Amino acid sequence: MSNLVLAEHDNQSIRPATLNAVAAAQKLGGEVHLLVAGKDARPAADAAAKIAGVAKVLLADDAAYANQLAENLAPLLVSLAKGYKALLAPATTSGKNVLPRVAAVLDVAQISDIVKVEDGDTFVRPIYAGNAMATVKSSDPVKVITVRTTAFPAVAAEGGSASVESVAAVGAANVSSFVGQELSKSDRPELTAARVVISGGRGMQSGENFAMLEKVADKLGAAVGASRAAVDAGFVPNDYQVGQTGKIVAPELYIAVGISGAIQHLAGMKDSKVIVAINKDEEAPIFQVADYGLVGDLFKIVPELEAELGKQLGK
Amino acid sequence: MKVIVAVKRVVDYNVKIRVKADKTGVELSNVKMSMNPFDEIGVEEAVRLKEAGVASEVVAVSIGPAQAQETIRTALAMGADRGILIKTDEEVQPLAVAKLLKAVVEAEAPQIVILGKQAIDDDSNQTGQMLAALLGWAQGTFASKVALGDGKATVTREVDGGLQTVELKLPAVVTTDLRLNEPRYASLPNIMKAKKKPIDEKTPADLGVDIAPRLKTLKVEEPPKRQAGRKVASVEELVQALKNEAGVI
Ligand SMILES: Cc1cc2nc3c(=O)[nH]c(=O)nc-3n(C[C@H](O)[C@H](O)[C@H](O)COP(=O)(O)OP(=O)(O)OC[C@H]3O[C@@H](n4cnc5c(N)ncnc54)[C@H](O)[C@@H]3O)c2cc1C
Ligand SMILES: Nc1ncnc2c1ncn2[C@@H]1O[C@H](COP(=O)(O)O)[C@@H](O)[C@H]1O
Repeated sequence: MSNLVLAEHDNQSIRPATLNAVAAAQKLGGEVHLLVAGKDARPAADAAAKIAGVAKVLLADDAAYANQLAENLAPLLVSLAKGYKALLAPATTSGKNVLPRVAAVLDVAQISDIVKVEDGDTFVRPIYAGNAMATVKSSDPVKVITVRTTAFPAVAAEGGSASVESVAAVGAANVSSFVGQELSKSDRPELTAARVVISGGRGMQSGENFAMLEKVADKLGAAVGASRAAVDAGFVPNDYQVGQTGKIVAPELYIAVGISGAIQHLAGMKDSKVIVAINKDEEAPIFQVADYGLVGDLFKIVPELEAELGKQLGK
Repeated sequence: MKVIVAVKRVVDYNVKIRVKADKTGVELSNVKMSMNPFDEIGVEEAVRLKEAGVASEVVAVSIGPAQAQETIRTALAMGADRGILIKTDEEVQPLAVAKLLKAVVEAEAPQIVILGKQAIDDDSNQTGQMLAALLGWAQGTFASKVALGDGKATVTREVDGGLQTVELKLPAVVTTDLRLNEPRYASLPNIMKAKKKPIDEKTPADLGVDIAPRLKTLKVEEPPKRQAGRKVASVEELVQALKNEAGVI
């Protein structure tokens, strides 16, 4: 039996998180199919067909799916569920919004944020902000799963040649509508996919001071993130938040600046390959997870870091 | 209009939890328990709706052991009017919680049900969406702003790319995100007053809901520990180490 992955896309192209969800689906065995539900989403479906390891792309093109409203998407997934042993989506705000709705209608559990596939029924997922790992076994006929993207290396976006098949739309539920959105614009890499992330906390003192981190980010091709305290204080927008209840990142290099290292923050970044902490308090818990710690005033250290990177990397 | 808020009793967010040696779960004896922080935000939002004259009654519902009463009392001290405890000592997973809440909703007929986006113990982030699905209602998840209008709610949602605004037909389900509001502390007089507010007790059987878990926890383990690193003395040493030792820049 096959597995169906709900693709994340903007009708034109496929978002990278989809590639991690495909990787998790492959571990379940059987074919991987991708569902592209959108409006005028043919270009996204064509891009999906090129993803390595995808056997078939289902395209549901309808105004009801233009903005990925969960109330409209869930019935579509439910209508397709028969014949699949698992339905998966990346554990993004979009996947988390839709899949529990699908699971409830199918009367099955939803398995959130898996980090490992033991077998077709058994999965590992973090609980308590990642301070414990639970191995859970599902007895339901169809598994509805969201995937922690950092735990499954992305499959290649190119190299596949799947067929694209149109599927019938099931129409709008007519209980909700899209009003608008304010998306953060940035030329930087996406936080969850970046090779390097530099995050600022309450210690940054203001939004203006984040410009210092951006200069370092420019040198390293990094994304910029933040702690909850920095977001709550209005220094940066909500989508910068890294942590248990924000974004989960696992870059090659994570630089925490003026962040104390609360468990809720660590939950979002402790799987990074190398962690650097810059903090004036040498007792700050962040140093317990840092590979390299630098104790001192960030307002002195960060500009120095920018200059030193310029010198040593020749940029 | 009536508002229902779901409040879960969880290990306090400040507690550093410990995994049990026999790997059956997390140590819960002698551990401080509190209301799930996202549910405090939910209660605050509901109470503000009442203070603004929009809501007529706020009902706090919790599912759990007898001690979940304390969680309901906290909600009552913050300003909720009455509570419903669905008492059970069994593990209740999100799908079962959603079914129990659905039964409560059918009896109470609220216009809005507010839940937290996520319980900080199981980190599931499912129950609100499941409840909305079972009821066939609209959902405004991860809400950072809720405005009620005539028969509708306009909800601003925290999404990965920024903020999204949706309009929901009422009745609807809303789940809270961190920026929705800052919950109040209950004052002493209000804590006293809360003791007199009614809490109705029911069981899952009273509501005719099968709560048997669908997921079996085979084991719970500690996550891999990070090796402790070292302190560097200067920015120059840091950059050298990142370049030559770690090879990440
Ligand atoms: C339900 C819930 C969910 C949460 N979810 C998240 C989440 O997803 N992500 C998250 O990050 N947090 C989350 N939190 C919040 C978390 O508990 C902490 O409050 C938060 O992470 C603290 O942010 P911070 O480290 O920036 O601030 P603080 O803890 O105030 O630390 C600031 C640090 O900056 C240092 N500093 C100050 N000035 C300087 C200077 N000039 N130079 C160098 N260092 C300096 C200080 O020494 C201190 O260590 C959550 C909390 C709750 C209750
Ligand atoms: N046992 C429970 N009692 C009351 N509310 C609950 C319970 N479990 C979950 N909820 C609600 O559902 C939200 C999301 O929980 P979860 O889906 O488990 O992450 C919580 O913030 C609560 O509002």
